Amino acid sequence: MIKTLMNGTNFDHESLNALQKVTLRAVVMSFLFFGLVAIEGMIMKMVQTGPSNPLPKMFSHPEHYFSIMTVHPIVGIFGSTYQLVFAAFMFLVPFLTKKPLYSIKLANAVWLLITIGTALAWIAAFVWQYAPLYTLYWPLPADTTQFSVIGGIVFIIGVALIMLGTLGFIYNIYATIFQRVGVHKDKTTKELLISGFGIDGMLNLIHKLQGKPPYTKEPALALPVVAIFRGTVDTFLDAIVILSAGVLVLVYLLFDASGHALDVTAIDSLLYKNYFWWGLDLVADGLVLIYVAGSWYLLATLITGQKLFMENVARAALMLELLVSWMVWSHHLLADQDQPEMMKLISGEMVTAFELLTQGLALFITLTTLWKARPLKMTMELKYLLGGLVGFGLAVPAAIIQADMGMNRVLHNTQWIIMAHVHIALIVGLYMTLYSALYVLWPIVTNNTKMYSSKLSNLHFWLYLIGGIGMGAFGGMAGLHGMLRRHLYVNGEFNTLMVLAAICGTMVLVAWGIFLFNIVMSVGIKGLIGIFLPAKDPSASYGIEPEVIAENHKA
Amino acid sequence: MTFSNSVELLSFHGVAYTIYAALIISVVAWFGYNLTRENAKSVVRIPFYGYIAFLVAGGVGHHIFTYNTIPWVSQDITRDNIKPDATYNIEIKDHKWINLPKKITVQCGQTIKFDVHSHDLVYGFGLFRKDGSMVMQMQVNPGTDATGILKSNDILWTFNHNGVFDLTSTEYSGPAQYSEDGKDLMFVPDVVEVVGCKGERS
Repeated sequence: MIKTLMNGTNFDHESLNALQKVTLRAVVMSFLFFGLVAIEGMIMKMVQTGPSNPLPKMFSHPEHYFSIMTVHPIVGIFGSTYQLVFAAFMFLVPFLTKKPLYSIKLANAVWLLITIGTALAWIAAFVWQYAPLYTLYWPLPADTTQFSVIGGIVFIIGVALIMLGTLGFIYNIYATIFQRVGVHKDKTTKELLISGFGIDGMLNLIHKLQGKPPYTKEPALALPVVAIFRGTVDTFLDAIVILSAGVLVLVYLLFDASGHALDVTAIDSLLYKNYFWWGLDLVADGLVLIYVAGSWYLLATLITGQKLFMENVARAALMLELLVSWMVWSHHLLADQDQPEMMKLISGEMVTAFELLTQGLALFITLTTLWKARPLKMTMELKYLLGGLVGFGLAVPAAIIQADMGMNRVLHNTQWIIMAHVHIALIVGLYMTLYSALYVLWPIVTNNTKMYSSKLSNLHFWLYLIGGIGMGAFGGMAGLHGMLRRHLYVNGEFNTLMVLAAICGTMVLVAWGIFLFNIVMSVGIKGLIGIFLPAKDPSASYGIEPEVIAENHKA
Repeated sequence: MTFSNSVELLSFHGVAYTIYAALIISVVAWFGYNLTRENAKSVVRIPFYGYIAFLVAGGVGHHIFTYNTIPWVSQDITRDNIKPDATYNIEIKDHKWINLPKKITVQCGQTIKFDVHSHDLVYGFGLFRKDGSMVMQMQVNPGTDATGILKSNDILWTFNHNGVFDLTSTEYSGPAQYSEDGKDLMFVPDVVEVVGCKGERS
């Protein structure tokens, strides 16, 4: 066992090229941050169980508790999820387009910037207890009567570094897609843009309705690349909004530090809320849903080895999803009485309801593609894909229910939205999709390294699935009983539900430990260190055809 | 069908969502099982356009249903044209309620206007039953208009059941809302009492 722990199964880091290594570096950092975020989540859950929890009293102090709550989503969404998604896409785009990644150096800068940025934000909360929460509702982040100026500056610099890393990822992705090499040697920018926005899919549908031959039989970009292209538009807009909000906070903090504090009332808090939620919602309702839909399509085609069912509809739907994602932010402002009613009605309710349609469509297309290819072997990647579908099948309607003026009046800011929607969408929906992608890509990225134990993989799957759904469900029930999401409960007010949620949360944490152990035993400590050493092979592409992977999944 | 308060609404909602959750988990589990079978047959053939129509009907129908069954939706939209039975102007500054009456007694069926103004931060205004369940809430945004008057955050609420309700801020406004040992300093017990609903205990 010690030998395997040191050397892994058959992993050889020296055989990896530069693209494989940079991908694995980000994956390693992502899962380390996942562990941190799971521990943070468990600390908060334990505090909520009441005074008999075994944690030291300092965790129940409001400064400490809300510091954890502030960095929990920063570490989870940016440190872990962004890293994992960016790593997967910076590998997949070259893999699917059969072109090299535009820049390995930039890819290295991306994971380093996000890692350092996340660490700085965490340090700001840990050392200076800067705790305005991720919502940064104006003027709270600039309230120096409650928070340390230094802590705020460090926090904002951390978030800014994360956003700079994000912009680096965006540049790398688009530069790779628009490179005119390989199969795209003869393509024009216009052709790649039309394909990237899914306009070719829409034109194919229109041509079909008009009885004309298709606009294009072979779109310039594969469907998953279209989803990455499209989702990255939202990633860019979101980065700009968060960066600009960060600059605003930074200016106020710097003036405060210089002894010439600015007037916080110069910024309208409702306008700020609208601007910030427009940007922030591009993560939740934009890039996540679009990236996830694209990942489902990719996984379904790789697992089955068949063409995607209704591909043109899927391409067109991705375009619709992009437009929808720009117009739904008002569902976060249904409890704001001075928000115009028409914005609540149109953006908050009606356009938001379209997400049921776009996500339902992605679910339908993925399931039908799988169904048409049966019988299939129940591989780990297929299991995780189905888990991901369940996650979004549960989480999206939970949000649609609350995106309603009547329901929101009695559910806003309760545990319902954060647990039954956000946590199930992220932990079950998104992460199980990402685990599926990880199992599909594992042999490619690690040069056919054997996974240490399939029993541990299965144990991880079931603990994670049951724990993730259970935690979201019990937390959501607490929301229905009035438990607020951004509130400190130290007297066990919702004790029974929180104990059950904590048990399920522990299952997620244990599952993460099992997964990490399985990975470490597969690559070995030496291999893990080797991932961070320079690659001997500077190649920025990977040549295995997608069809080859599909062969492994047929029963 | 009309929901007279959040207890009825959320109980209905809890049951409906639990049934849906059990259904979607079962369907995907059944689907996964049949994916591996050699001779699995489709039990039902779901027509694509029928499925799309179902999703659209679900998304839009949900709002039509709530508009017609939850009384506070239309009341909220048209609140500027409704004359309340009583109005309470409340302010918040430095995590403290200002002008908050010691007790607001409401007769059953009365419509009350709560107009809340914040001097500094974003707060919330939420009423809760003794079991912790939420009666209603709204956000309280700070700011002043061009003449320097504090911005209004108003809500109309009709109380249809007897009860004694507590108040607290439902939005995070920094750790200063709490004492060092975690006590909510904005929590005000027994601030609203509703009486006079026949057949109900106070």
